[in-house]
Amino acid sequence: MATEIQSGKVHVQTTINGESVDFLAEPRESLLEVLRDNLGLTGAKEGCNNGNCGACNVVMDGVLVNSCCVLSVEAAGASIETIEGVASPEGLHPLQQSFLENAALQCGVCTPGFIVAAKALLEENPDPTEYEVRWWLAGNLCRCTGYDKIVRAVLDAAERMRAEA
Amino acid sequence: MRAIQYAAPSTVEDAVAILAEHGSDARMLAGGTDLIVQVREDARDTGVFVDAKKIPELMDLSVNADGSTTLGAAVPCHELYNNAQFAASYPAVVDAARIIGSTGIQGRASVGGNLCNSGPAGDTIPPLIVHSAVCNIAGPDGKRTVAVEDFCTAPGRNVLADGELLVSLTLPKPPAGSGSHYLRFIPRNEMDIAVVGAGASLVLDGESITAARISLGAVAPTPLFVQAAGDALIGLTADEDSFAVAADIARDAASPIDDMRGTIAHRKQLSYVLTQRALRGARAHAQGGSPTNGH
Ligand SMILES: Cc1cc2nc3c(=O)[nH]c(=O)nc-3n(C[C@H](O)[C@H](O)[C@H](O)COP(=O)(O)OP(=O)(O)OC[C@H]3O[C@@H](n4cnc5c(N)ncnc54)[C@H](O)[C@@H]3O)c2cc1C
Ligand code: FES
Ligand code: FES
Repeated sequence: MATEIQSGKVHVQTTINGESVDFLAEPRESLLEVLRDNLGLTGAKEGCNNGNCGACNVVMDGVLVNSCCVLSVEAAGASIETIEGVASPEGLHPLQQSFLENAALQCGVCTPGFIVAAKALLEENPDPTEYEVRWWLAGNLCRCTGYDKIVRAVLDAAERMRAEA
Repeated sequence: MRAIQYAAPSTVEDAVAILAEHGSDARMLAGGTDLIVQVREDARDTGVFVDAKKIPELMDLSVNADGSTTLGAAVPCHELYNNAQFAASYPAVVDAARIIGSTGIQGRASVGGNLCNSGPAGDTIPPLIVHSAVCNIAGPDGKRTVAVEDFCTAPGRNVLADGELLVSLTLPKPPAGSGSHYLRFIPRNEMDIAVVGAGASLVLDGESITAARISLGAVAPTPLFVQAAGDALIGLTADEDSFAVAADIARDAASPIDDMRGTIAHRKQLSYVLTQRALRGARAHAQGGSPTNGH
């Protein structure tokens, strides 16, 4: 059977933060645009729209990606985790708590991306060195904090999460 | 971004049919970290995106009966450094996979996409060349193979004709006693385009070099295979004097341009220094160690 060539509005079925979601989108729209403009999930931010800043980070099928560099239609059949799914009904995620306590944010535009990226790091490596934290987060830009408090917050959260594990 | 059409074929044949029908208006979409950004920024006018990621051959990463490895064109970088066997066999390729963009970029960016984008500074291309990798290409007229060093033809251009796509790369089994390394110079630690990149592979018999390949990025319109630099090492001892001989040849072979990233003089000198460092790293791998790091 010849492959269908999709254009115009395409019906996409995907999973976001564990819930099945349907949306209509044009192929040219990015996953970031769909999250923010169609689905009202405005946690992921548009900093650069070209892959350089990490403010749009989400996890797609278990892999950290920049949602501005993913087409909406590529979400079909995928499982996506956004910042909106990080806190649980019981409370904030240890990373979120630690960002607050370590004053690791000022304007906060970069924060969702940093938390989504740091969570992906700690799931892969629960005991990272400072170097490993800085290297993993090199694609997340912050114009306010100077990074040091962010790195300390991630190391602090890692320690708490190891203690709880 | 301009309006586009999207197709996700599940076979190479279907992909070739779509590419052939739409000619230069269609392009393969692997991780999209070049293509989506280029089309959004009007640097490329592509109307039909053909997703590579539903085609099993393009997502394959496996060792063949003869010990060679097949690397599907759309396999993302993060799969390479998380694959211990691949990382042990092709360290220079993994050095590049670790430094392309950021963690989020490496979640999607593929080696095949890096090669097909055909930038002079594409970080995976010198590593593929020093590992003697071969491109497996499919098109309307069937299949053909091209050595990676013959693939890029000019900045952003390569040997693929309309209707053709890169299916995979074949990386020969590394001989016993071999090692490789790739590194680049950038003004920061990460997230930048190479001012110069250098890859080297060595095969050692004790201290003596039996084979060597050297390749440079960002010093010519296409990634450069400096065959003479590798050949000059054959029969020599793997020491600093020998490495300086090869580095001299690499510096002479480099024909860089002046641009905002560096001057001709700087790039020439970097070609010399990075060739030495790539060789030291390759020697460390061949002797069972690992170089300090790839960046
Ligand atoms: C923030 C950022 C940082 C970056 N940093 C680096 C870096 O440090 N070093 C570096 O080298 N690059 C870098 N890049 C560029 C890019 O990430 C790499 O070139 C990447 O490897 C491209 O792979 P991809 O799978 O995303 O390719 P895509 O964007 O999907 O494709 C790239 C090109 O190849 C073509 N193509 C893809 N697959 C095939 C195929 N199977 N057959 C035929 N044609 C095909 C596409 O049509 C397109 O023209 C960066 C990009 C961004 C956005
Ligand atoms: S908005 Fe996606 S990386 Fe900046
Ligand atoms: S807190 Fe403002 S950009 Fe990071």
